[in-house]
Amino acid sequence: MDIGTLLSRIFGDPDQAFVTLKHWLVDLAPPAIQPLVSIMLSIAPILGVFPLLFAITTVLERKGLGRIQNRLGPNRVGPYGWLQPVADGLKAIIKEDVVPRAADKVVHFLAPVVIVVPVLLVYAVLPVGRNMVAIDIDAGVLFFFAVGASTELAIFMAGWASRNKYSLLGAMRAIAQMISYEVPLILSAVTVVMMTGSLSTMKIVEAQGTYHGLLPDWHVFTPWGLAGFLMFMVAATAEANRSPFDIPEGESEIIAGYFVEYSGFKFALFFLGEYLGLFAASGLAITLFLGGWHAPAEWLTWVPSYVWFFTKLVLFIAMFIWVRGTLPRVRMDQLMNFAWKFMLPLALVNILAAALWRFLPVGPARWVITSVVILGAYLVLARVVGGEKHFTKREYRFAE
Amino acid sequence: MIPLHYYLVVSGLLFSIGLAGALTRRNAIMVLVGIELMLNAANLNFIAFWRYSPNPEALNGLMFAIFSIAIAAAEAAVGLALVIAIYRHYKTADVAKFDVLKG
Amino acid sequence: MELAFVITAVIVLGGAVAAMSLRNLVHCALCLALTFAGLAAMYLLLQAQFVAFVQLLVYVGAVAVLVVFAILLTRGDDTTHQSVFSKTSFIGISVATLALACILAAALSSYVADRLPPGKPEASVKEIGTQLMTQYVLPLEAVGLLLTAAMIGAVIIAMQERKAK
Repeated sequence: MDIGTLLSRIFGDPDQAFVTLKHWLVDLAPPAIQPLVSIMLSIAPILGVFPLLFAITTVLERKGLGRIQNRLGPNRVGPYGWLQPVADGLKAIIKEDVVPRAADKVVHFLAPVVIVVPVLLVYAVLPVGRNMVAIDIDAGVLFFFAVGASTELAIFMAGWASRNKYSLLGAMRAIAQMISYEVPLILSAVTVVMMTGSLSTMKIVEAQGTYHGLLPDWHVFTPWGLAGFLMFMVAATAEANRSPFDIPEGESEIIAGYFVEYSGFKFALFFLGEYLGLFAASGLAITLFLGGWHAPAEWLTWVPSYVWFFTKLVLFIAMFIWVRGTLPRVRMDQLMNFAWKFMLPLALVNILAAALWRFLPVGPARWVITSVVILGAYLVLARVVGGEKHFTKREYRFAE
Repeated sequence: MIPLHYYLVVSGLLFSIGLAGALTRRNAIMVLVGIELMLNAANLNFIAFWRYSPNPEALNGLMFAIFSIAIAAAEAAVGLALVIAIYRHYKTADVAKFDVLKG
Repeated sequence: MELAFVITAVIVLGGAVAAMSLRNLVHCALCLALTFAGLAAMYLLLQAQFVAFVQLLVYVGAVAVLVVFAILLTRGDDTTHQSVFSKTSFIGISVATLALACILAAALSSYVADRLPPGKPEASVKEIGTQLMTQYVLPLEAVGLLLTAAMIGAVIIAMQERKAK
């Protein structure tokens, strides 16, 4: 295929532009290494786009948080401060890499690597556009959770290898938090898997492709889907150690917790790993609940599919920044109570509600019954968990 | 293509390494680690035989491996809880020091 | 295919030897996690994708973390000058070598040893789910009961006893 046909095909069907480009590039390679070239061309955009999104997010977050806190964000580097990530990146690379003398050198060195690599691996199963998923595994959602579970070990490696009491404490808290919130995370994803009948991310997105009436057929527009989506987002915020669940790395609590002994590029890698994990969890939430790369209405399907995916992803990032600037930090025991006593039973009730939705006849009856089940469980659990506190009248002591 | 006995050799070596560790290490947790290695070697054996069997649609080997993984996780949890409880009593996890029932 | 198998086997066996012979316990636990990950890769080579991901999720994500926590909670004297192996380690090593010899003799002389793999099996997740719910439903329920009992038991055993005042 020559350049002329390629360009006409790309501009004729912009939705499949990148797929066409990739096929053309693979055809250019000699047949012996075509599988390898195909794999490389699937991986390279992931490695290019998501770190770029991370760079944009750092500046967006600082400016957004600044505005929420009634101050300007960074505005010196570049036009209105938008070249700040370049300055931050340069600083991270040229800073001196300080390793404590008593630290365990090999483990200290490997911890940032072991955090970033699994997080990058999970992007392989996220469908970014129509026909644009790196690998289509039969058990895609399970692959996501399995590989994401190795992040806990990396956090432990970072905290223990620094030989620092605060590091270890932060790492233990982080692991306890991540393990606790992994259960509601997976259970809320299980409802979607149950209703779709498949663990493959491509099939889950395709199952949400129809439009009935005013709203599309996304899972978030059903009672069990909405409850599952909210629980998934809360659990994902806790999994990524993101405010309001950022006790393990709170700067005012234990001086940055498990990565206090890291400087320069390794610190930047931890930062990168955390934000990439956030994007991956958002991407999975979009895939499972928000219809993936589908447009919200039938008359909007002329916009390319990857534009919709990234628009939804940017909306998620904005929501995370908003929540970080608004809510106070949750205490450790409040956090664990919330996970085990509130979210886990609610996730189980959600599975029951999804099963009821499946077996009741189509119509307003199933909406009412499912909503009543979920709301009833939510109110009962909120009373049980929140009602344990008895606030006495506050007493004030003044200096005499 | 890889013949079956390559996987059987790896599985046998893994089993004997786990057995050697479980029999010789002094720390109680390392004994449990050796037991986990032995269970994993058996799982590898099952999956290899399932793959190379003339009837892989029966899924017998896969099912056995899945249940074995679940049971091994439960056994690791209870075993490590026991080690923690013993440590609280003896202040050490050295198996050579648990000799109150001796003689 | 050969190169992938050799690399995975080296990772598995190297990690296992390191896990059993290192002096620092946390290093042993991390090498154990590496062995589990290598085994998951070997299951992927054998086209058992579901089992590979379950292995990663359960062993690397849960059992390795459990071992690490147990090591941290039972650290008394971690700078012993004694050997990490017991005094009678020679008997243990010889028993293990004997077991290895028996296993290898049985495996290599069997008539199935030279089998080459048949065509790709269809072990889709749907098939596994169907079989779990029809043919293997009794083991499934029994494993559920076992996991509940193990969870309750582990919590009770490791709980701090309330001092009766």
